[in-house]
Amino acid sequence: MAEKQSKWKIFTAGIIRENPVLRLVLGCCSALAITTTVSGALGMGLSMTFVLVGSNIVISALRKVIPDKVHLPCYIVIIATFVTIVDMVLHAYMADLYQTLGVFLALIVVNCIILGRAEMFACKHTVVESALDGLGMGLGYILTMFLMSSIREIIGSGSWLGIQILPEGLDKFGLMNQAPGGFFVFGCLMAACIWVERKLNKPIERKTCGEVLLEEQDAKQPATAEGGADQ
Amino acid sequence: MSANIATFATILFSMILVNNYVLVQFLGICPFLGVSKKLDSSVGMGVAVIVVMVIATAVTFPMQIFLLDANNLGYMQTIIFILVIAVLVQLIEITLKRYIPALYNALGVYLPLITTNCCVLGVAILAVQDYGGDVAEYGFGFAFAEALVCAAGAGIGFLLAMVLFCGVRSRVENADPPESFKGLPITLVSAAITSLSFMGFGGLVENIIAALL
Repeated sequence: MAEKQSKWKIFTAGIIRENPVLRLVLGCCSALAITTTVSGALGMGLSMTFVLVGSNIVISALRKVIPDKVHLPCYIVIIATFVTIVDMVLHAYMADLYQTLGVFLALIVVNCIILGRAEMFACKHTVVESALDGLGMGLGYILTMFLMSSIREIIGSGSWLGIQILPEGLDKFGLMNQAPGGFFVFGCLMAACIWVERKLNKPIERKTCGEVLLEEQDAKQPATAEGGADQ
Repeated sequence: MSANIATFATILFSMILVNNYVLVQFLGICPFLGVSKKLDSSVGMGVAVIVVMVIATAVTFPMQIFLLDANNLGYMQTIIFILVIAVLVQLIEITLKRYIPALYNALGVYLPLITTNCCVLGVAILAVQDYGGDVAEYGFGFAFAEALVCAAGAGIGFLLAMVLFCGVRSRVENADPPESFKGLPITLVSAAITSLSFMGFGGLVENIIAALL
């Protein structure tokens, strides 16, 4: 990534070009689990964006203070603080949404989008740039969640944002609301994304964070005797 | 006694089959998609997850009851749990490296992957949510045992999903899907079909256990 980037470019990168879910394949768990209803997906997206922007700002502000050896635990504490704030606010003011998000609200802590952006972007850039990056990534995440949940809610329950769209008498494809539907819609959306990329002649290689981490481990394995680099 | 065994068996098998963490509850999708390419790495990752899940729950559950709940600090759960899990994984790694190098060589690669894996934090939080209330009713020992069985079941379910999906994947790799579906999309669609097969277990476990005991 080039050092000099215009602020607008940083902001828009996350929305389409580096869409966290469909292009970088980060944060799949929540994207699969919380997309049965549009309202839940939007709530999750907004909570995620808040944590992303907040943690990006704090981490980039402290990037010269945090010692390299313990950077991951420091990032995790910062992220967990913001997650706790969201958790308490939603618990107090939006009990329904809190119920829908369930354990996935707390699991924002270990969502790879946030730790990934902290590691890849916030620790090398200024506060303003990191905030914009967080906002862009958050919008990209919301956009994907919105698309996926729209498809799932319309096909699965015949409604959109709680408003009935398909006629009442029509048989619903309830499977879309359950686990298999999540995997299926996600796979089809990604295939559509790849189709567009191929049309534009700009294919990219997709790797889940599991693969990336495993490759890093493999590369590191023979070199380091003491595993001090991680965690 | 037999009632206890029935409770534990129901928890164990429903965690493995009905509430399978990967295929039904969507926890730990990243390693599921990333590591399930080869059988040996699927098994290694699965076993490492079982070990870490059980140890993490064994530490976090008493912490929640005696430290957080006793002092009205429930809101600190997320921060404390993730830190405890990060430290634990590091400790397990160091211990294995020092005392059981053979096991470290087999599982060590997967341990750092587990720290930021949502299924471990997920099982720690869900165990407290589901069985924390039983402490007042049945005593700490019973609730603690329930939580441990739940963690073990979640881990075994993860291993099962990984191994099954590894087999599915090796078939899919030889198939010839449309150009746009190659790679991750077809993997996700086959995960959908694998997860479909797990939906058949709903409501089954309780009845079978009740019939057997």
